[in-house]
Amino acid sequence: MMPSMEFLVATGIGWVTVCGIWLMLRGRTFPVVLGLTVLGYAVNVFIFAMGRLWSNAQPIVGNGPQIADPLPQALVLTAIVIGFATTGFVIELALRSRHESGTDHVDGRPDPQEGGT
Amino acid sequence: MSMSLIDQLPVLPVLLPAATAVLLLLIGDHGGGEHNLRRQTLSGRVAIGSALLGLIIAIQLFLQAGDGMLMVYRMGEWPAPFGIVLVVDRLSAVMVLLTSLVALPVLLYASGGWAGHGRYFYALFQFQLMGLNGAFVTGDLFNLFVFFEVLLIASYVLMLHGLGRERLRVGVHYVVLNLSASALFLIGLALLYALTGTLNMADLAVRVPLVTGPDAVVLQVAALLLLVVFGFKAALAPLSVWLPATYAAASAPVAALFAIMTKVGVYAIWRVHGVIFGADAGASAMLVEPLLLPLAVLTSAIGVLGVLAAQTLPRLVAWLTVASVGTILMAIGLFGAQAWSAALYYLAHSTLTVAGLFLLVELVAAQRGEVGSRIEPASPVAQPTMLGLMLLLAAASSVGLPPLPGFIGKLMLLQASGGHAHATMVWTVVLLAGFLSLLGLARAGSTLFWHVRSDMPSGASGASAPLVTATGFLLAASVAMSIFAGPLQRYSEAAAEQLRDRKAYADAVLGEQGGLDARTTRPYTGQSGGSR
Repeated sequence: MMPSMEFLVATGIGWVTVCGIWLMLRGRTFPVVLGLTVLGYAVNVFIFAMGRLWSNAQPIVGNGPQIADPLPQALVLTAIVIGFATTGFVIELALRSRHESGTDHVDGRPDPQEGGT
Repeated sequence: MSMSLIDQLPVLPVLLPAATAVLLLLIGDHGGGEHNLRRQTLSGRVAIGSALLGLIIAIQLFLQAGDGMLMVYRMGEWPAPFGIVLVVDRLSAVMVLLTSLVALPVLLYASGGWAGHGRYFYALFQFQLMGLNGAFVTGDLFNLFVFFEVLLIASYVLMLHGLGRERLRVGVHYVVLNLSASALFLIGLALLYALTGTLNMADLAVRVPLVTGPDAVVLQVAALLLLVVFGFKAALAPLSVWLPATYAAASAPVAALFAIMTKVGVYAIWRVHGVIFGADAGASAMLVEPLLLPLAVLTSAIGVLGVLAAQTLPRLVAWLTVASVGTILMAIGLFGAQAWSAALYYLAHSTLTVAGLFLLVELVAAQRGEVGSRIEPASPVAQPTMLGLMLLLAAASSVGLPPLPGFIGKLMLLQASGGHAHATMVWTVVLLAGFLSLLGLARAGSTLFWHVRSDMPSGASGASAPLVTATGFLLAASVAMSIFAGPLQRYSEAAAEQLRDRKAYADAVLGEQGGLDARTTRPYTGQSGGSR
């Protein structure tokens, strides 16, 4: 039996969220930034799915029997734009922090193998 | 012309800082250097002029809202709930006025030196004001998210203003935590939309009571997710540990401005969990009542323990902020008109006092040589009488000694809690928190001004006039709340009543759709015609 579209999308979002959270709990800034980005993807698909999943529905008001909900599409666009901007900022911040403290540890702890800075 | 300008009043607190920020970006800021000084001075004047204009607009809004008028501004004339609306009621007007009252002296203070310690301070400050004002006037939850992001991204850069290792270290934590909170915010909003078909606050208050059965449980999960998000911004325990590190690391004027930023979280909890998920929310009614009061009590307790344990002055003030947020949320968690009135009065007072304290402790620290802001004996400060009296005033007000506004606010809260099931707990914690913060502040104050070491070189000069004026303005504004306690109390009571009046709010926003009987939105079914 084919699993339903809802089941596939829901598990997909769940899996991506798990990956995002796992990455965010890492101790280096790069995986944390990646984790935030991945979590952002999961959230965006989640918003999109909250307008329900449609097949063969018109994307916007037309003559068909069914019309997909356009509002979450507008919401997700806004969320993507904001997420893009904040990702850009957090990458720059992580680089600056690495430059200033000499380590990419999130708490600014010196690396033991290098004997600290 | 003037008629139409009055109609546009609700949107002006957002447009004015936005336009000013763009202007300031055009003026430019190339960092240090002599050639940049004229640009900096010009930027400072533009920013302060704009803040002054903002204050006038805020006062006008405050007075108009005081008549009981609900100002509804439809963006692009789209009818609610389909377009975005801005709604200014008494609560929003107070918050906008409070933002202006904090912004003006903080800008004046920053122009005395801090603004030159990095680039684009004034422009970022204006973007932050735009986000704050927008969050306070919007009547749409998704729009609230957008303004949250505007004020947050400005706050990320402002927090780092002046740079340095400690600021960058704390800044990374602050930004990452806030971005995760934003992700949760979006999940909560998407769930709310999926179950109600709307994100307009007035429409949500209509739709939420209609959700029943298993859907109501999912709806409550969404609301609790939003409590986590707003509680994080407001520093509600156990999500309050980030605040002292962040605020203490930020430069003084930025920390003072952040005193109002914390209140955005409080405001959002009030609107969403106090009103939309309030007494009339059907199956989801009074959703956070069992949670909010105990957590607020815990916040207050953690806050005063922090005040007692603080090793530096900015940390002490930051923990004082946490304790005051606990007190405000306790009042909101009591869910009564009287308690909400106390919450609004205490919120206004504590914001002004805490902002003033952040500026004041930097003035004190600057005159203590190498010891700086650490609470240790040091050489005597250059202006002990003036700084000492200012600190005494601010401290007495924040611990709640009569006749200062902190006392009035706490008294209003204690009176309002009478008859409530948890009245004993509220009384104990409020009084004990007041006493313990008195101890903490007395310890700090006596170390600063009495326990001085004459063997250390003093040599510090007095603070310059703009810095003292700015700090004095905030403390004076706080004391003025005591002088005008009568009218302000009437205003806050009316504001609390207005918040509880769902019908007036629905009529104002959804009048054409039938107010509380509006049935324009529902979870989307995708059928053209028929149900739509």
